Amino acid sequence: MKLRKLAVTASLAAIGLSAALTAPATYAAEEQFFPVLAYRTGAYAPNGAPWANGYVDYLKLTNARGGVNGVKIIFEECETGYATDRGVECYERLKGKHGGATVVQPLSTGITFALTEKAPVDKIPLVTAGYGRSESQDGSVFGWNFPLIGTYWMAADVLVQHIAKKEGGFDKLKGKKIALVYHDSPYGKEPIALLQERAKMHGFEVSLLPVAHPGVEQKATWLQIRQNKPDYVFLWGWGVMNSTSLKEAQATGYPREKMYGVWWAGAEPDVKDVGDGAKGYNALAMQHGAEQGSKVVKEVLEKVHAKGQGTGPKDEVGQVLYMRGLISAMLSVEGMRAAQARYGKGKRITGEQMRWGLENIVLDQKTLDGMGFGGVMRPVQTSCLDHMGSAWARIHTWDGKKWNFTSDWYQGDEKVLRPMVISTAGKYAEEKKIVRRTAEDCKK
Amino acid sequence: MFYRENGQFKTTYKADQQAFVIPQDRWAIVALVAFAFLGVPLLVDEYMFRAILVPFLILSLAALGVNILVGYCGQITLGAGASMAVGAYAAYNFMIRVDGMPALAAILLGGLMAALAGIVFGAPSLRVRGLYLAVATLAAQFFWDWAFLRIKWFTNNSSSGSVSVADINLFGWTINSPTDKYLFCLGVLVAFSVMAKNLLRGNMGRQWMAIRDMDVAATVIGIRPMYAKLTAFAVSSFYLGVAGALWGFVNLGSWEPAAFSIDRSFQLLFMVIIGGLGAISGSFFGAAFIVILPIFLNQMLPLVGSLFGLEVSIALVSHVEIIIFGTLIVFFLIVEPHGIARLWATGREKLRLWPFPH
Repeated sequence: MKLRKLAVTASLAAIGLSAALTAPATYAAEEQFFPVLAYRTGAYAPNGAPWANGYVDYLKLTNARGGVNGVKIIFEECETGYATDRGVECYERLKGKHGGATVVQPLSTGITFALTEKAPVDKIPLVTAGYGRSESQDGSVFGWNFPLIGTYWMAADVLVQHIAKKEGGFDKLKGKKIALVYHDSPYGKEPIALLQERAKMHGFEVSLLPVAHPGVEQKATWLQIRQNKPDYVFLWGWGVMNSTSLKEAQATGYPREKMYGVWWAGAEPDVKDVGDGAKGYNALAMQHGAEQGSKVVKEVLEKVHAKGQGTGPKDEVGQVLYMRGLISAMLSVEGMRAAQARYGKGKRITGEQMRWGLENIVLDQKTLDGMGFGGVMRPVQTSCLDHMGSAWARIHTWDGKKWNFTSDWYQGDEKVLRPMVISTAGKYAEEKKIVRRTAEDCKK
Repeated sequence: MFYRENGQFKTTYKADQQAFVIPQDRWAIVALVAFAFLGVPLLVDEYMFRAILVPFLILSLAALGVNILVGYCGQITLGAGASMAVGAYAAYNFMIRVDGMPALAAILLGGLMAALAGIVFGAPSLRVRGLYLAVATLAAQFFWDWAFLRIKWFTNNSSSGSVSVADINLFGWTINSPTDKYLFCLGVLVAFSVMAKNLLRGNMGRQWMAIRDMDVAATVIGIRPMYAKLTAFAVSSFYLGVAGALWGFVNLGSWEPAAFSIDRSFQLLFMVIIGGLGAISGSFFGAAFIVILPIFLNQMLPLVGSLFGLEVSIALVSHVEIIIFGTLIVFFLIVEPHGIARLWATGREKLRLWPFPH
């Protein structure tokens, strides 16, 4: 009896809900849908939440500014928890909603790898601003991936350039030891190829020290560092791993001044808990750092947060990861604007048109200044073959309370990066049996 | 009323030894498979195929493999994810290192490699039992995780340790649309389920069950424990290897060792425990429970919230999802410790007496 009741209730509930779920979605023509894959839960939530808040806030700001030539942006969040299979499910769930997604930001290297397979089939561009697979810069093979304004290879290249400058030239790097402490995932392994290439060129030594997810157990790693005494430590950490590394460095007595993090290891959540212990720690700032003083941040506070529409806490606005989300959204919106300029202003664009737009982003300093990004970013110009668009970066240092820029602008060395990108992308093309896009195809 | 078997007399041994003795069962299964092949592709959309049905089918196959070992032979394993990884990476290596290798052959060879690895890592089962064996099989998980992360040869020197494959081509049929993928996985699953069903009611399956129920008694009646246990490991790993290769080739397209981490092993073990140990249907129920339910909850909660005029944040949704999911696991294990398959069997018993229960 009990069983039967249970069965009846369950099936009725299922029928009702599936009816509700399959109800057709209606959309207006002058709206553009942006799915938001985010992670606000799990081990990496402290880093994922500011990113998502920045991303969503910029979309809200765009709407407050009147949309893109009048086209309003609608968005929907989906929680991935940084898990690849949930991320793929989110993508599948959102891609068809509200007339179809135009652009997706996977926000995880693992999900990027999985979606790289699906994007060409669905014709939805994948924007991975500053992360994802480095070789996807080659737009002729990775037609739908956009690692805009930087990749991990570029990041590692800039770090090497920076220490070379500190040492007084690349020839001084000979015999130096660099330890890479990395998150043992595709994300953490990305810079290895570049560092090894650079090591061959300049004769320094790279030792690889993987740290298993989630990265709270690093005693063995830092024991090795104590024994080897590397001249520099590069930290390719993520979430709780970063603060653990800094605490271990403090305990081991390794100078924080000799530690350099990638931009995922260079934000407020990474150092806040360590406080003074992290003083002197450096990290790569891919274009921007913490930008509380910038015009765009003021505009967000005024047009979004002041109206009670803010997505996250107010004091988070302008922090490093928040800015990263905001800039990612800005680049997508600018791609959409470029596409509209060609395919019809004030019209909804398709994924294919969006790709053209992303391949033809031209943001010079004047435009950036006009949008409130003065001092935050340097110009970006993408093309069909170059999906990165800009290779500028700086180094910033934690003074115990906030991040301050401590270097001039660097640019990733194309002479080193380009051949690696081409050959790795070529290998991928061979495995997947992809034919490189021709100049003709680029014009489409 | 309809589900009643009195009056059905078997007059031949053949009739008595069929896979599904009761005609109603037989027809129900045939109808279900026919519906899965013909009806489902007409009814469901791309999202269902790619996000739900294909993962469900592949993980059902994997759960079936675990069930053979854990449910039928009584050997606990925590190395299921490792077997999947071996299958996937072996298939990948066959694919790229042998020119003109058909994908289906690569997948089956991947399964075969997983079977060999399973035999090696199943060897401790000859000496240790129960929880100790579970710990021993963890070695397989850690070893293969390490091997695919660190030995460059396995990943063809890929810079980040992840590998990718092209679309599968099967006798001129290129499997790239969601429907193709679904049909291909369904075909493999049906073939392997039929094989499992026959294997389990044959000589080998009976040996496994004898070992499971009491290995000393089994030895006394002439069953060689070594042979029985190692064949169970081999067959189970073969299933897992094929499932792993499908997971990589069909579902993901490109993957990294994290896709087959220890979490996957636990997930598979939970599937068979919740679904039902020692029942083929249990593998399907378990896979459905673990794969579909969280996604269903995740989509349902905002709807429920909107009914009451509440806007639910995605962080809250995923927390509530985990709470409800955990509660349901506990609920099912209390209501029916033998798994959902047993619940289903009880339901069927009731159906036989319906509408006049006594």
